[in-house]
Amino acid sequence: MVVIHWIRRNLVVIAGLLTLAYMILPNIVVMVFSFNNPKGRFNYAWQEFSLDAWKDPCGVADLCGSLSLSLQIAAWATVGATVLGTMIAFALVRYRFRARGAINSLIFLPMAMPEVVMAASLLTLFLNMGAELGFWTVLIAHIMFCLSFVVTAVKARVMSMDPRLEEAARDLYAGPVQTFLRVTLPIAAPGIAAGALLAFALSFDDFIITNFNAGSTVTFPMFVWGSAQRGTPVQINVIGTAMFVIAVLTVLGGQLVASRRKNNAQPK
Amino acid sequence: MSVTDAPPLAPSPVEPPAPRKASTRKRLVPYWLLLPGILWLIVFFALPMVYQASTSVQTGSLEKGFEVTWHFQTYLDALKDYYPQFIRSLLYAGTATLLCLLLGYPLAYMIAFKAGRWRNLVLVLVIAPFFTSFLIRTLAWKTILADGGPVVDVLNTLHVLDVTSWLGWTEGSRVLATPMAVVCGLTYNFLPFMILPLYTSLERIDGRLHEAAGDLYATPATTFRKVTFPLSMPGVVSGTLLTFIPASGDYVNAELLGSTDTKMVGSVIQSQFLRVLDYPTAAALSFILMAIVLAMVTVYIRKSGTEDLV
Repeated sequence: MVVIHWIRRNLVVIAGLLTLAYMILPNIVVMVFSFNNPKGRFNYAWQEFSLDAWKDPCGVADLCGSLSLSLQIAAWATVGATVLGTMIAFALVRYRFRARGAINSLIFLPMAMPEVVMAASLLTLFLNMGAELGFWTVLIAHIMFCLSFVVTAVKARVMSMDPRLEEAARDLYAGPVQTFLRVTLPIAAPGIAAGALLAFALSFDDFIITNFNAGSTVTFPMFVWGSAQRGTPVQINVIGTAMFVIAVLTVLGGQLVASRRKNNAQPK
Repeated sequence: MSVTDAPPLAPSPVEPPAPRKASTRKRLVPYWLLLPGILWLIVFFALPMVYQASTSVQTGSLEKGFEVTWHFQTYLDALKDYYPQFIRSLLYAGTATLLCLLLGYPLAYMIAFKAGRWRNLVLVLVIAPFFTSFLIRTLAWKTILADGGPVVDVLNTLHVLDVTSWLGWTEGSRVLATPMAVVCGLTYNFLPFMILPLYTSLERIDGRLHEAAGDLYATPATTFRKVTFPLSMPGVVSGTLLTFIPASGDYVNAELLGSTDTKMVGSVIQSQFLRVLDYPTAAALSFILMAIVLAMVTVYIRKSGTEDLV
């Protein structure tokens, strides 16, 4: 009776934790199977414990090449989308001008479109232009679909900025450049950083648009996709686990720094 | 009419030239800021749509070349040949969206109201799985749902699979390569897109509203139905859109976890474009998908009354 009562009182928390478990389960499986020594081409059934893959993560042909290609594309796509997106976000929040509505929809549409539609239409453009599919077409595509997300992230931050801070800077005889660099940009920075992080993650993990526009170029997601047909090396699980661990440590570390700063800022 | 009849000309407002020049320049600032990004979107997003539209009304073959012949029959043929895949896509994406809402709401609610000092940790755990490539995580479901694996064994022992097989969701004593596996993968893949908007809108709700409802003798269930849920509507709407739209065009889950009987329209578009090289049909298919999704989204946003969302 007590147990039933307790369950009823904590139903939301129990359901929430179950969802969380559902979300993390595949990551645990990926982690566990990175220590597997599979017999045969596929790494789907547990055989025996082994550290081989961890000792030699680049031991599979093309794996680390595709990884570094994906990192390069993601880095450039982040730079491109963040610069272009931040400019658009500032224009949309700070200025009133004609065609604002049209521009808002142009930015919203790529997010409201199934990826496969964008991927296919971009491919028809490249085919019609006779463009050679590869690094550049992938980069162009990634900047295109990351742009909207950056605009949304930066816009949210700039909208909540107090314009009086910039007026104050101007009252104190700061020039427009000085105001922008020392007041506006630092305040907008968290939004820009969030947009950049999102762009990096989206670009690095994108499969569908890359699949259509990469030609014979192989990014990391495309390597994983191919391996699902040919045979999955354990090294894929090693990379997946490493990405997960690095991400968790980075985020937790960032939060630690943030909370320290907050504590230091408080009057003692 | 002579010139002298004209009323004396009002002195034209004389503006000092310097500020005027500055104001023209200022008026152009937003356009300069917008130009590169918008140009990028026009050339690599809008223009491709035009190209695709023209491709969809072409006929021809890869050897002889394609020509615009306004052959709208392609659309009808595409619909006739592939309507099962369309229906399946919408059905799977709809089911996955509903499951995401049912699974995601309690978690978002827990993070917003019950997690206390664990809030940041739980948020990290929601976002962190993202960082392992989604293809690797989807492949992990092959291991989890494997024939004779622990999950399938438990479902079998509980006779759940008997019911789901009867409903046509699974086949015999296997889950992999069935609709259930595909929907499970879709739900898993798009859960964070549901949880984060839900959390943002729940977090904004003032906790005092719950207290007020309680003071007015509302039971927790009534409080949820009359206060919490209506206030979280913006999150529900954007969460369902962010889940449904990408899920309807996805082909990764159907290819990795499903079988030929669970193919979604994304797979068809992909194979028509990249393997069969029948560009008109592929273009027509993706236009139909886009039209269906945009129409559903428009109706949905109207109905849910949050037009200011976009």
